[in-house]
Amino acid sequence: MFLHGPSGCGKSTLLSAIAGVVEVPKEAMRVADQDIAALRGSVRDRFRVDHIGMIFQVFNLIPWLSALENVLLPCTFSQRRRTRAGDDPAGTARRLLDELGLSDPSLTSKQAHELSVGQQQRVAAARALIGKPDLILADEPTSALDEAAKAAFVELLARECAEAGAALLFVSHDRGLERHFDRGVDFQDLNRRAA
Amino acid sequence: MLGFSLRSLWNRRFVAGLTVMAISLSVALILGVERLRDGARDSFANSASGIDLIVAPRSNPVQILMATVFGVGGTGTGMTWESFEWLEDRPEVAWAVPIQMGDNHRGYPVIGTDAAYFEHFRHSGGQPLSLAAGGFFSSDGPDDAAVVGAEVASRFGYAPGAVIVNAHGSGEVSFDLHDDAPFTISGVLAPTGTAVDRMVFVTLEGFDTLHAQEDAPLADPLDPADKPADGHDEHEDHGEHEGTEAGHGHEPDRINAVYVGLIDRTNVLGLQRAVNERPSDALSAVLPAVALAELWGITGTAERAMCLMAWAVALAGMIGMVVMLSATLDTRRREFAILRSVGATPTRIFALIVTEAAVLTAAGLILGLVLLTVATFVTDPILSARFGLRLGLNVFGARELATLFLIFCAGLLASLIPAVRVYRMTLADGLSVRL
Repeated sequence: MFLHGPSGCGKSTLLSAIAGVVEVPKEAMRVADQDIAALRGSVRDRFRVDHIGMIFQVFNLIPWLSALENVLLPCTFSQRRRTRAGDDPAGTARRLLDELGLSDPSLTSKQAHELSVGQQQRVAAARALIGKPDLILADEPTSALDEAAKAAFVELLARECAEAGAALLFVSHDRGLERHFDRGVDFQDLNRRAA
Repeated sequence: MLGFSLRSLWNRRFVAGLTVMAISLSVALILGVERLRDGARDSFANSASGIDLIVAPRSNPVQILMATVFGVGGTGTGMTWESFEWLEDRPEVAWAVPIQMGDNHRGYPVIGTDAAYFEHFRHSGGQPLSLAAGGFFSSDGPDDAAVVGAEVASRFGYAPGAVIVNAHGSGEVSFDLHDDAPFTISGVLAPTGTAVDRMVFVTLEGFDTLHAQEDAPLADPLDPADKPADGHDEHEDHGEHEGTEAGHGHEPDRINAVYVGLIDRTNVLGLQRAVNERPSDALSAVLPAVALAELWGITGTAERAMCLMAWAVALAGMIGMVVMLSATLDTRRREFAILRSVGATPTRIFALIVTEAAVLTAAGLILGLVLLTVATFVTDPILSARFGLRLGLNVFGARELATLFLIFCAGLLASLIPAVRVYRMTLADGLSVRL
């Protein structure tokens, strides 16, 4: 799903609500058949990493970890993601990076801050996808990319999500990207209906 | 979490390194000050062990102790040989050793005494003096015999048979050499770790002889009554020394002090009173332990000031760590948000900060111990040579381990300030930080 709207209309807040970071009323939000508001504290944190992968706009990676280590982070904190990443999570991470166009071993072992913005976004996508979470939340991940790179990245992301069987909620103010998605929703429409 | 903290700190290794340095310096300083104090106290206490009473011309007990046991300073006018004999003949006295002072050998104090010194002196919890080479001098041996302490021998490469010349006064540099009255080394003492290592012992007769020989040129030809204005004015009548006597051999007119050992230590206060009340000679009888306690009372203020400074440096090190951890928090907000998005709870991020502080403090402690060990290794010979202090490369004692533990806990406590900030920040920021 593609969710678009101008800056400041509440897109990122909605993503935070879905991820269970901001409080919502009970039964207002269900993720992977779970009422997110019914979960408390560390249970909600664990649910988030087990079921949701996230891609940010910029500053997506831990700068002092290598690309491969960044991809493997969810497997460090989530047993479910680690199990679903297969017997060899590092191998799975390399395969994901390879499919996202980062096959060069010298790139995967580089520290994140040494990569270009486009490469960083692809590493962030691989990290969101590893361990096959049910939902990928992407918060304007293409805003730092040029037009050609934007389209290529979105296509790549959509294809990987389809292969992993994950739902993709892609938030952007750039309506030009809507054609890559099954559904497009104008956030301002949602706000108007809610009002 | 530890590996993660190490990687994170390595990423900020310059600032983290400075923090570790600050902590390590404070650790080395705190433990160094403690060791210096303990070393000084042990060295002093060991040097005076076995002596029940020190009798010297009336003066301050600390001054008498410093002069007679450590060869620092003087005891004023000498006491008469009659007083020594009176003391020696007291029924409660087991032994009495006469002490003459006031000369130096290349900066090291020269003590005039007799063979009884080597027989009765005890150090480091009751150990007698032993020889590394040669033999002690005796009353029936040559007058120009000398026994040197281990440090004097090793510093100047002395061995039995070597001829040495002493100088007047107690300074390291002297222009008044007794080169007309040389001594021949008869023995070299084994190391004791006390002030004895830094002393040169000569016979009473030898000590007197060299001053008798110098009296003539020192006298003022215009004023025959003029006496040298130093601690040896008591020797102006050396020409009148009488022959030898059984026991002590040569009997000088005046001596500087007497070490006394008692048959029964419970009589020490009675003898002290008897000495203090002796009308013919103004004498003081000093209990070494009491004088040491008085000395520690005097130096206590300086010790406390040094300790306070050392702890202030430690506090500055801790504040430096809090500043370093806090200053990086804002730039690390996105890092924490990413960690939260991949499953790290606020508690785990709190633990990350505390672990980082623990790593920094532990590294500071280890580096501090290394610094202390290196500093001890380097300064030990210098402190030993100049002040007679032996710090020693000891294993760390219970008190030192307790101090280290205290500093470690202080480091963890200090880290709670930035850790609590991070905890609140990661809860409030959630996953949507905008930089």
